[in-house]
This record gives sequence, C-alpha cells and structure tokens, in this order.
Amino acid sequence: MAQAASPAVGWLHTSVGRKVVMAATGIFLMTFLVVHLSGNLLLLRGDRGAAFNAYAEFMSTNPFIRVLEVLLFLGFLIHIYQGLYFILKEKQARPQRYTLNAAHANTSLFSRTMRISAVVVLVFLIVHMRHFFVEHRILGTSLTMYESCKIAFENPLYSAFYLFSFLLLGFHLVHGFYSSFQTLGVILNARVERLIRTVGIAFTVFITVGFSAIPIYFLAAKYF
Amino acid sequence: MRFTLRVWRQKDAKSPGQFETYEVDGVPADASFLEMLDILNEKLIKEGKEPVAFDHDCREGICGSCGLFINGRAHGPLPNITTCRLYMRHFKDGDTITIEPFRARPFPVIKDLVVDRSALDRIIQKGGYISVNTGSAPDANSIPIAKAAADRAFDYATCIGCGACVAACKNASAMLFTSAKVAHLALLPQGQPERRERVKRMVAQMDAEGFGHCSNTGACAVECPAKIPLSAIARLQRDFIWANLTPDPYAR
Repeated sequence: MAQAASPAVGWLHTSVGRKVVMAATGIFLMTFLVVHLSGNLLLLRGDRGAAFNAYAEFMSTNPFIRVLEVLLFLGFLIHIYQGLYFILKEKQARPQRYTLNAAHANTSLFSRTMRISAVVVLVFLIVHMRHFFVEHRILGTSLTMYESCKIAFENPLYSAFYLFSFLLLGFHLVHGFYSSFQTLGVILNARVERLIRTVGIAFTVFITVGFSAIPIYFLAAKYF
Repeated sequence: MRFTLRVWRQKDAKSPGQFETYEVDGVPADASFLEMLDILNEKLIKEGKEPVAFDHDCREGICGSCGLFINGRAHGPLPNITTCRLYMRHFKDGDTITIEPFRARPFPVIKDLVVDRSALDRIIQKGGYISVNTGSAPDANSIPIAKAAADRAFDYATCIGCGACVAACKNASAMLFTSAKVAHLALLPQGQPERRERVKRMVAQMDAEGFGHCSNTGACAVECPAKIPLSAIARLQRDFIWANLTPDPYAR
C-alpha cells in the first residue's frame, strides 16, 4: 500500500479511498467471522469432536481454503495498516488538542473505543494463532484440534481472556458494521440507516454470543 | 448571572497560547453567548486590558461566522445550533465555562478565538460551482427538476460553512462540509456535467489542506447548525467510488 500511486489505484491513497479499503477489508473479515463461527459451533455437538476434527482436517488441507487463508492474512494486515495510518493522520490533522473535549456528547461509546477494541482483538489474535495455528500447522502437535480446544477452554484464565476479547470484538463490530456500509455509500436515508444499524446489532450479537458459547460450554462441562 | 470563564488567549498563529481566567457578573439569562463575551470585553476595555478576539457577524444563526469550542463541544452544549443562538440560560449560575478556538491544522489561530477557515473556501473553489455560459437570463423552468430532488438538494445546500463539523470531528475531517456541496450538486441536473471531476477535485483539495479522514462517528452531524445529514457523506463516498472505478465517458 505504501508504494507510489499508479493511476488505477491512486485513488485508494486519498483519505476517502483509504476509508473504502478499511470498509472492504472490514466486510471481508466479517464474512470470515461467520465462516469461522459456523465451523466452531460443531464443537458444541457433544460427539467428542468427531465432526469438528473432520472440519478442521478439511480446512487445513483443502487447496481453495489455503488460498483464502493467504487472502485472510492480507486482509488483516491491510486493515491493521490502515488503522495505524489513520492514527498518525489524526495526530497530524489536529496537532494542538482540545483541553476539554466532551466527545461522549456527540459520539457512541463503540466508535470512541475502536482503537482499544482493536488492540484487544489483535492481542487475542496473536495468542490464538500461537495456540492453534503455530501448534498444529508449524510445530505439528500430536493432539487433535478438538483436544487443543478442550485444553484451552478448560483453563478458566484462557476462557476469561477469550470472553473479554469477544466482548470487545462486539464493540468493534457495532461501529464497524455500520461504518463499512456508510463508507460504501449505501446509507442514503433514515430508513436504510435503521435497517443497517439493526442488522449490524443482530450480526454483532450472533458473533459475540456464538463464540462466547464455546468456552462457557467447555467450562460448564468440566465443573458442573 | 455570574460566570468564571477560562478563555484561550493567543497573540497570533506563531505564538503559543494559554488559558486566562476571567469573572463576569450581571449577565442577563437571555443574553446570547456572544453578548456575554461582549459584556466581558467591555469590562476588559474599562480595565485597560486587551479584549478577547472572537468571530461574529449576523448573530442570527445564518452566516456561520461564530466559532468557539465551548465546554468541549463545537458551538457549546446544545446540538445543531450556532454560538450566537446559544443563550446563557442554558448554563447554571456560577458555572465555569471553558472556551477554546476550533482546533485543526488547516484552521490556524489568527488571534485568541479567531481561526482562519479559508481552507474551506479553497475546497469550494475546486468544485462548488457549475460552469455555464453567461448571457441573457434563461427561461424559468427550462430545466424541470422533481420536487423531491429539489428538496433533498436544498437540504444539503443549507451548509453555512461554519466549520463546526471539522471542530467536532476527532480526526478534524472536513467530510460533512465537502460532501454537503458534492451531494447538493449531484442531485441536480445542472451538477451532472462536472459531477465526476467535482468529487475528485474537492476530495484532493480536502486532503491537500491537511484535514483528517472521516471515520463515521457522526459527531459532525450532531453539531452541524444547518443539520446536514450523514447521508451527504454516503453520497460523496458513492460518487467518489463510482468516479474512480468506472471509465470516464467524456475521456478522449
């Protein structure tokens, strides 16, 4: 993204173009969340991971998924790069900050905490990748994917961190979902805005509650 | 009413500024915020001190001259008004009020609370117009425009260029201002010939002036005295994406 602008993609380097990149990668990452969650919910089948392990095997060997995995990694990198760039630009656009700023009066909690939620989700992602991706795909552990999940989620500390991360991901999604569609120029009137905001909340609840159910399920199975 | 004012004082763009604290007493509850500052300035002049410089003109909410970031908000604690239409009855007797200039790199402080907002004029110069051959006046209604289109265009045309959107935005973005003009002309037949170029040129100028990016927090629309809706920004986004992704039909 940092190279010299060519005519065809030069517009992506404008402030408005960068917003579009942020929105497009954001929507791509949101679709990934749906796919990831639908696979993970197989953990809740109570078949000691038979279905989930088969799914994990498919996901780590199918060549089409391999390609998508690279795109996903790029999607994350570009989304994070744009976020960092925007932080830098914000400081440049207002070098002298306000002494008193009542931002709570005209913005939502979710939009104000985008950076905090982004950092928490990034830390989660690193821990998550270390635990599953590195362990299975690089170090080649003898555990099945289901066993790895069981070990992770039966640890209350890991589960608490997981639940906290997904709550903050929910924060990120409330603003992110609405913002993506606003950036793509979809929200032309109040009716469409209500629709997008409602669907965004429903999507956020689905993702947050869906992912959160998994550690709760494992902890409940262990302790009750 | 009696107030303690923390006012930003700054000699010029190059000097560092600082807050000075002043007491004003005997302010009528129905005085506007600007009239309260007039009372302060009369007091300062009588004491032989330099009065506080602040922008004002029509004092009836239509010119967009008055700025001021009051208690952490552009144009003070109420949404969708100008500072001249903010009255002291909206404050409590004995309140301490913090007054800062609009802050953004493209809005350098000229003196105290007065900032230079001509960056907004330069954005308008890049596309806030239509090109026509002048001559005799055209016949009325020679270009039919649907009532709905005219109404929506007018909603966007009401921007008074006050800069509250920039002041309120966490990124100091001028998107609401720029998009209001883009959306206004994009809805009218007269705006069509230059529609693609207009949005590109105005965005380029907005970036060149050093305004920040828009992150859709919506703070601008809450503070906008003309109530420009966020759909203006959606229309700009749509036009900008379209103008850049599709081939220009007029290109040679």
